[in-house]
Amino acid sequence: MKYKPLLIYLFISSVFLTLISSIWKIMATLQGLKLTEINLNMNFILALLLSLSFILIGKKINHQMKILTLSLFFTFSYILINESAPIWYDIGIFLITLFFTNRLKNYDTNLLKEDFISEKIFFDFLSLFAIVFFAFVILFPFYLMFVTSFKTQAALLFNPLDLSINFANNLAEVFKSYFIIFKTYDFGRYIYTSSIVSIGTVIITLIFAIPAAYAVARLNFFGKTFLSTSILVIYMFPAIVLVIPLYTVFSQLGLRNSIEGLLIVYTATTLPVAIYMLQGYFKSIPKEIEDAGLMDGQNWFGIIIKIIIPLSLPAIASVALYVFMIAWNEFLFSLMFLDNPKSFTLSRAINHLTGDAETPRQYLMAGSVIVTLPILLIFVYFEKYLVSGLTAGSVKG
Amino acid sequence: MTDTLSKIEKRTAYTLLLPAVFLVFAIVLFPIFANIWISFKEVQLKDIRIPEPRVKKIVKTISEDNTKLKIVYRLRNSSLIENIDNIKFLDKLPTNIEPIDLDSRCTFRSKKIQCDFGNWEAKYRENFEIVVQNVNKVKIDKNSIKSQKPKLSGDADNILLTTKFTLKNFKQVFNENEFLDLLLTTFYFTFFGTVGAIIFGMFAAQLVNQKFYGRTFMRSILLFPYVGPVVALAYTWTLLLDPNSGTLNALLINFGVLDKPINLLGQKYIELNFMGFDIKLRLALTTVIMFEIWRYFPLAFLFILARLQAVPKDLYEAAEVDGAGPLRKFVNITLPQITAILSILFMIRFIWNFNKFEDIFLLTGGASGTRTLPINVYQQGFAVSNIGMGSAVSIVIVVLLIIFMIVYFKLIGKRANEI
Repeated sequence: MKYKPLLIYLFISSVFLTLISSIWKIMATLQGLKLTEINLNMNFILALLLSLSFILIGKKINHQMKILTLSLFFTFSYILINESAPIWYDIGIFLITLFFTNRLKNYDTNLLKEDFISEKIFFDFLSLFAIVFFAFVILFPFYLMFVTSFKTQAALLFNPLDLSINFANNLAEVFKSYFIIFKTYDFGRYIYTSSIVSIGTVIITLIFAIPAAYAVARLNFFGKTFLSTSILVIYMFPAIVLVIPLYTVFSQLGLRNSIEGLLIVYTATTLPVAIYMLQGYFKSIPKEIEDAGLMDGQNWFGIIIKIIIPLSLPAIASVALYVFMIAWNEFLFSLMFLDNPKSFTLSRAINHLTGDAETPRQYLMAGSVIVTLPILLIFVYFEKYLVSGLTAGSVKG
Repeated sequence: MTDTLSKIEKRTAYTLLLPAVFLVFAIVLFPIFANIWISFKEVQLKDIRIPEPRVKKIVKTISEDNTKLKIVYRLRNSSLIENIDNIKFLDKLPTNIEPIDLDSRCTFRSKKIQCDFGNWEAKYRENFEIVVQNVNKVKIDKNSIKSQKPKLSGDADNILLTTKFTLKNFKQVFNENEFLDLLLTTFYFTFFGTVGAIIFGMFAAQLVNQKFYGRTFMRSILLFPYVGPVVALAYTWTLLLDPNSGTLNALLINFGVLDKPINLLGQKYIELNFMGFDIKLRLALTTVIMFEIWRYFPLAFLFILARLQAVPKDLYEAAEVDGAGPLRKFVNITLPQITAILSILFMIRFIWNFNKFEDIFLLTGGASGTRTLPINVYQQGFAVSNIGMGSAVSIVIVVLLIIFMIVYFKLIGKRANEI
């Protein structure tokens, strides 16, 4: 029997179990449980013993029986050497151990003799851990945002670790922040403005971009190559270098604090990428279909309306969603151009909330939830389209 | 025949392109050139108000004589720096009303008061009064006079259109002893943000490229940080990292990792002792870079995953037959397959991170050593209110950007179309 794979197996699997149970402990702490000891060393030794006994028992007894007894043993020893905790926490530890031992199903002394088994074990546990890690790191801020919006100022200051939501309380109390930001801070209006601006940008961009993309994709004209390369180059220029001249010109024209001003700027900044994405798709439409349209005596307008648009609806959907996302999330221009609360977009309004240091954070987070939720829902629902839009357009960010 | 057809085609193409091209020219290209113009001028934020003569009309009753009224015109020059020349004034009076002892600058003819105020220097103010009476000696209706709005006109230079130029802004940009520091901070932020995002994106892509339960769910949530609005996410992070009642500090203190909270976004340096070496780490900058990586690794993930899924499976099978382990397969098959996409990603993300404004602005506002060039544009232009300086910094950014783009197109321009 080789000892190197055995040692690597023992080490990696124990580290994995220790880390996962520590993450569980952290999550339990965030639900208001008073735990103050991570106790890494002891738990690591315990996990080591578990892995060792698993491999030693091998396939001598039935798998189900084996994982059940081993997990029970582990959980009881865990309870003994760690601080006392409520029963749901211990059940969680038991389930984690059960999951872990079930993962080990194929591991026995024979498997450890295979080629590259140390590497395989390492990558196996690494990817398992990575799933937990990525999910935790990504979802935690969203969870924090969500929970904070349901808390009261007193509860937040009293115990910042308690991130549980108690819906058993008075519901009006739980949703209080939302009532206040709609009533006192006028968020209904901002939602309206943001929707108008985003949907308006999508419509105007499409109206401008579809004919232009068609021309770039299909027609021959002087300066075509120059134009199609400059589309990408222009797209690379960031908003921050446009801000000062646009600010001065818009101030003098009286376009600041107006939805029209925002619509113009958003449309112009998203047009290059919209044209770029659409012309790529238009090129993939067989030219014969258009020729048939030409035979029927259609002019370019008829061809675009009757042939190109119906055939490229998926691409148009991608562009529309991508442009909507950019316009909805946009912050820099709305910061520069809007200083009258009457014309704020949602992003600008949330930024305005922080201007007053007295504004309680749960209002801020309630506002953040309101601006985040629609875009995430749209993303989850139309994921296919938005992902292809992102891939095509994500030279920008 | 073909000649006319191609002419029609050309004309159609230009018609279709014109609206889009015009809009992009006006809003994107024009400002880039306007920046050059403004950067050579001494302009403050308050100067960009158009200089114009303004007037406010107030009607006052004269006690014991209701057949007379006093009209006060509060006149002023709106500009704080520009003179206005050749100012003309016009106001109408109702029928049967006439002014008494009219100012010598004015004339009264057919119900109209017309005045020639000549030139006003900057900040000029005057209270101009007229007493009016009813010809028939009856009471004057105050509202009939109030409702008439006076008109003022004058000629003035618009500061943005004059031809006075100065090199002061650029001298100031480069002579400020912080310029090098500014540039270094920008490069740290850009480089580590880009590399970090690509490394994490590569891990995530490798992960999702395997089969496991909940893979599609994982793929969706991996994109959340990129899809979410930056304002909401940045403020959530600020809350998470807050030294006084933030979750992260509370957690670390609870488990005894820290004795006292650290201000991750407000502390410029932190002293670390790593294997006997004392390292001074730019703490706030590192935190901002972490946020940047968190927010943009999904993009790298998306690109790399798309490329990974296109790698032929038989390559891996052949390698397995040859007895290659997982690590070898990654180094010898996966990595060569994705180097092209990695280099493209690096260039594109480098350019975009270089221009990143919102993330840093919302997290730290450019304080505690996180001031990058784009933040400086905002601070010069709107916090210090020096529009000319802000433009000069923009020009520096544009020049650097053009250099990056030339490098980009030289190195991988042709391959960019493959993705």
